[in-house]
Amino acid sequence: MQLSTIPPRSYVISKSPSAAKQMTSSTLDRLLFLHGGGVMEVCGSSSVTLREFGCEQSLLSRPDGSASFIQGDTSVLAGVYGPAEVKVSKEIYDRATLEVLIQPKVGLPSVRERSQEQCVRETCEASLLLSLHPRSSLTLILQVLHDDGSLLSCFLNAACMALMDAGLPMSCLFCGVTCAIDTDGQIITDPTAAQEKESRALMTFAIDSTERRVLMSSTKGSFSVHELQQCIAVSQKASEKIFQFYRDSVRRRYSKTL
Amino acid sequence: MKDTPLSNCERDFLLKAIEEKKRLDGRQTYDYRKIKITFGTDYGCCFVDLGKTRVMAQVSCELVAPKENRPNEGIMFFNIELSPMASPAFEQGRQSELSVKLNRQLERCLRNSKCIDTESLCVVSGEKVWQIRVDVHMLNHDGNLMDAASIAAITALCHFRRPDVGIQGDEVTVYSPEERDPIPLSIYHMPISVSFSFFQQGTYLLVDPCEREERVMDGLLMIAMNKHREICSIQSSGGIMLLKDQVMRCSKIASVKVSEITELISKALDNDKKARKAGGRCGFAESIPQERITALKMDETPVEMMDVTDRANDIVQKAEAPPQTVPSPVVPAPGVGQVGQGLQNTWGLEEQEESDNSGEEQEEIKTQMKEKKDENRGGDVVEISDSEEEEVVILHPEAPDKLPKNTGSGSHQKGAATTKKRQKK
Repeated sequence: MQLSTIPPRSYVISKSPSAAKQMTSSTLDRLLFLHGGGVMEVCGSSSVTLREFGCEQSLLSRPDGSASFIQGDTSVLAGVYGPAEVKVSKEIYDRATLEVLIQPKVGLPSVRERSQEQCVRETCEASLLLSLHPRSSLTLILQVLHDDGSLLSCFLNAACMALMDAGLPMSCLFCGVTCAIDTDGQIITDPTAAQEKESRALMTFAIDSTERRVLMSSTKGSFSVHELQQCIAVSQKASEKIFQFYRDSVRRRYSKTL
Repeated sequence: MKDTPLSNCERDFLLKAIEEKKRLDGRQTYDYRKIKITFGTDYGCCFVDLGKTRVMAQVSCELVAPKENRPNEGIMFFNIELSPMASPAFEQGRQSELSVKLNRQLERCLRNSKCIDTESLCVVSGEKVWQIRVDVHMLNHDGNLMDAASIAAITALCHFRRPDVGIQGDEVTVYSPEERDPIPLSIYHMPISVSFSFFQQGTYLLVDPCEREERVMDGLLMIAMNKHREICSIQSSGGIMLLKDQVMRCSKIASVKVSEITELISKALDNDKKARKAGGRCGFAESIPQERITALKMDETPVEMMDVTDRANDIVQKAEAPPQTVPSPVVPAPGVGQVGQGLQNTWGLEEQEESDNSGEEQEEIKTQMKEKKDENRGGDVVEISDSEEEEVVILHPEAPDKLPKNTGSGSHQKGAATTKKRQKK
């Protein structure tokens, strides 16, 4: 990870009354530590939750794999076609061509969708074993059904479930976790749209299932190195929940033998 | 990606089955597939499942200037998006024949039938009106997209609420849903399209064709009708000749189907209204079937935060400090920041390597040409007066780029030319 642009010693020091209040009611997971004479407050446990999430696989008949993923009110529908015939112009001789398309709810895809497409595509390329299907095409289409924050992480989760449903060979699974840092320096995982709006920084990480490494990161706003590392650590923790969910849903799905 | 073509034996089988009054999915000739209407979390979002065909419609609104010839009418805009998710044959961003046809038919069905009161969408005559935009996304194509799209669009329009506006003098304020309850659109009637497919030059007729049936059909008749049995639009395509009584028969069937569907829509709208009033969660998240084996849901879960801080600290402490190589910017005059010029040039080396590596003839020729030019000018400088030299100094930035190493920012152009020559030889 390249973090060289940010000076390492620019911690946010909060001396707000709310911080003081939390100090008195400090529990085990409300850790406080001293640094450089100031008191740095570390995220209270209250906001570090994942909203309820759900998934349905193979709900569409036409695509080879499909899934809908729901995080709170945010929901995304994903469909995968492939491996299939590829256009000559897009053909890659030693691996499959992956195309990711994001369809917004209103209007045509814009720059925002394009950049999200790129984030998802690069994550999928990292985990898919594309060299097993040379000169073929994979198409992943993501349709926004409702946006209530943490959209990019929902895209990633839906994409992974759809790829699993399509039965494509992957070296690892991946999941997306969004963290927001609010103005008090508290970390919020899986923020809603309102929380995103009020946050100082917003980060989305794609995390792989084997070593919990960061496959992709997309950040917005300003934050210190320490906050970034904290968010990564939180995301890695949260990813375990999501991977457990993946496991449970696959177990449920194949619980009956046909 | 191309669509899988239909084999001849499949085609023959389908046609033979239709001749024997049998359909692939066990339906009768006049049967519709199962219709399911669900609503999204926000207003104006509607999903329609017609068998396996799945369509989503989203209505949105915007304040715009009206058309000049209709200053006190709102604008309706329809957009059918044939997403590649629905079928591999659909390409993104390309207006296919099918999408144009569907768009036009939806416009005829909903806009030209004047089912929505566009005058009530006027805010300030000639200045501001509401533009209602209906986006219909095809999610899964299993035949009869038009009927599914028309049901989704009109249901979404009925479900939609636009924000309230207040006018004080010249000022128009749009109230958020918290301040004032949003207003539903005024809809006079609900036109619904019903499709009929014809086989064997109109000998056989099927209602609500599925995708396979659509591929082998000869012609298609789409009738848009409301529950008052008024035909809003009628379209025949595929180039078959229909008899008068065939069309009459179709319109009779359509009137029955439309009244059934209208009832279903109003029931769905009622249910949603009740659910919203009760304050229960509604929307897509609630529509996930719990009993299905492919679906799973998990409640809100807390994330363990015990050693997060320690780990973050650990990583930060173990990490090496970033190299402090950022040069301080040169400030030639107060208030001016500068990067690049006048500083140590670190680019020359790389560029030299590049031009060395790329052994293409063309490039070499180019560089040689430049050298010659430089030589000439260099010669000129020696002979001709100062005024010429000034002109040469302007060209100077070209020269230091090609230097093997920085000979200092103050290196003169004459020197540069000579070093280059040496180095080439």
